[in-house]
Amino acid sequence: MPSVISAENLSKKYIIGHQKRERYTTLRDVLANGAKRFTNKLFHPFAARANGHTLEEFWALRDVGFDIQQGDRVGIIGRNGAGKSTLLKILSRITEPTSGQARICGRVASLLEVGTGFHPELSGRENIYLNGAILGMSKAEIMRKFDEIVAFAEVERFLDTPVKHYSSGMYVRLAFAVAANLEPEILIVDEVLAVGDAQFQKKCLSKMENAGKEGRTVILVSHSMPTVTSLCGRAILLESGRVVKDGPTSEVVMHYYTSGQSSPASADFSNKYVGDGKVRLLKGGIKNGKGAVALEVGITEPLTVEMIFEVLHDDCVSLVPNFHFYTAGGECAFVSHDTQKHPCQKGKFVSQCYIPANFLNEGGYFVGLAVSSFDAGIEVHFYEKNCLSFNVVDSHNGMVGRPNHSHPIPGVVRPLLDWKLQIL
Amino acid sequence: MSATQQVLIIEAGRSERHYWRDLWNYRELFFFLAWRDILVRYKQTAIGTMWALGRPLLIMLVFTLVFSKLAKLPSEGVPYPILVFAALLPWQFFASAFSGAGDSLVSNSGMISKVYFPRLVVPAGAVIVSFVDFLISAAILVGLMVWYGFAPSLRMLALPLFVFVVFAAAMGAGLWVAALNVKYRDFRIIVPFMVQFGLYISPVGFSTAIVPEQWRLLYSLNPMVGVIDGFRWAILGGNTQLYWPGFLLSLFLVMVILITGIVYFRKTEKTFADVI
Repeated sequence: MPSVISAENLSKKYIIGHQKRERYTTLRDVLANGAKRFTNKLFHPFAARANGHTLEEFWALRDVGFDIQQGDRVGIIGRNGAGKSTLLKILSRITEPTSGQARICGRVASLLEVGTGFHPELSGRENIYLNGAILGMSKAEIMRKFDEIVAFAEVERFLDTPVKHYSSGMYVRLAFAVAANLEPEILIVDEVLAVGDAQFQKKCLSKMENAGKEGRTVILVSHSMPTVTSLCGRAILLESGRVVKDGPTSEVVMHYYTSGQSSPASADFSNKYVGDGKVRLLKGGIKNGKGAVALEVGITEPLTVEMIFEVLHDDCVSLVPNFHFYTAGGECAFVSHDTQKHPCQKGKFVSQCYIPANFLNEGGYFVGLAVSSFDAGIEVHFYEKNCLSFNVVDSHNGMVGRPNHSHPIPGVVRPLLDWKLQIL
Repeated sequence: MSATQQVLIIEAGRSERHYWRDLWNYRELFFFLAWRDILVRYKQTAIGTMWALGRPLLIMLVFTLVFSKLAKLPSEGVPYPILVFAALLPWQFFASAFSGAGDSLVSNSGMISKVYFPRLVVPAGAVIVSFVDFLISAAILVGLMVWYGFAPSLRMLALPLFVFVVFAAAMGAGLWVAALNVKYRDFRIIVPFMVQFGLYISPVGFSTAIVPEQWRLLYSLNPMVGVIDGFRWAILGGNTQLYWPGFLLSLFLVMVILITGIVYFRKTEKTFADVI
């Protein structure tokens, strides 16, 4: 397949002036500094050039490179200030890179904000035309799509009302509806899905999903990992302007979550106090089938989640250790707890939960460790959310019957079940 | 996807090879923006229309009173209000386009930092909005001429040419001020002063004929002098004379402003999103 976007060594430098906060200069400052320099030169002609400003270079992007194929849906993730928005701005030609090159084949529509150019005094109808034109649609195209846009936004009755009288929800729906009905070959979207009610968000997501299925290329920047994992097959993780990971979404999301921690497959809490007066968490860990701490576990391999906690009193209620499993996308996969009642006494305990092979689907998972008791109402002694993580990988050795050229199989679990086929 | 797919290369300092074609592709946006500004302008205030009509009329009244009745300046044999209005027409257009274009980029900063389009569209749209006011004022002038029973001569046919010149002047100066305004944000404070100053040094309230012969070429260094003279020459007809050396000098300066304006605007255009 041809690559529709290829970037090589894209870099973007900003100059930050420490003297002033604004990004723009004022003529007054330029004149004043010029005069200052001039008088300095006049009186101290041999002095080194005094510079009133302390300027600092800031690389918002540094040597970023990637290739995106037609029909790919790529998520760009990273912390605030990692350079995501700068990258989108370069790809959508709003700003130019300091160095490097990007080649783009096809018509690009970028959606860095919903409702760009909306004017409160104008009616919904007028704003649809205006916003469409701003996003690069031709008048004929907008006319053709007009009814669809209105239906999508659900604002039929208020079409001729100035949008300043719209509720914020209606406003956003209308704004998104225009954008959603764009039909470019490449769609660049920045964090715009965090608008509207849940139902509308779902509608937007499916619209974007369809865009990808129709062979359109989608690039999405988002802080919402569930959105990225559900929408994109591939993700690029940026960190201080550099690409640190590029690959299948679940792996990259996992990397994003765990970056900064030394070994997310095991965690030591003994030097900080996690717990209440009765129970205290000491350690947690993920172990593979061989009993070794492992970040990566094969899909055909069992794994064990383990935690060590300390009970501080003898007269304790009966404790229930429980583990909370979350997908990399942030959805709860399941919660499991120890169903046996244990008599409880002072001392250190290790609690283990055994997860069979061929149970979890491939992808990243997080584990939260908790101990609760239910004797006198619900009491949570500690709950460390997502403190451990592991990755289930499919080695494509044919043991689970998935040929390695196929697409990922959706779902949280992927149990190996008994199947039968009989001729009737 | 179309077979004839264009490949876009994004690179530092790469001047858009298809800039003018791009501009053409975005012509609809250009009309929509102008249409929006006109719509908003006349929607927002019920007196919006009144204002467009009333302002030149009021200035005309004051100028006629001061320059004709009090200062007793010559009127070249035409009703003084028409003499004033024929000059006010291009001057008002230039002044409002100049200040409108100056503000246009900054007031559309949201769009500029979020969407790509040839930035030239924005100040050009502002000039178009002023041009609509110009057309309304032109209608008033027609009314005035009917009122005074003033018949235009065949020279009127040359008027579109002078309209084109004032358009070029407004566009050139507008592009300069728009680009400078993005970079030096306090530039907008200077703009009203420049407009006011321009009104005094341009022959709006009086005829250029009162300027001594030896100073006329120097006076024509103000490009609006040539433009206004051209308008008067075309509209008033009769014994109004066009001072050709001065007019050609003004015309030359207008072209210089337009070309340098476009060059400077295009040079700074790419950094707008970073500094706006």
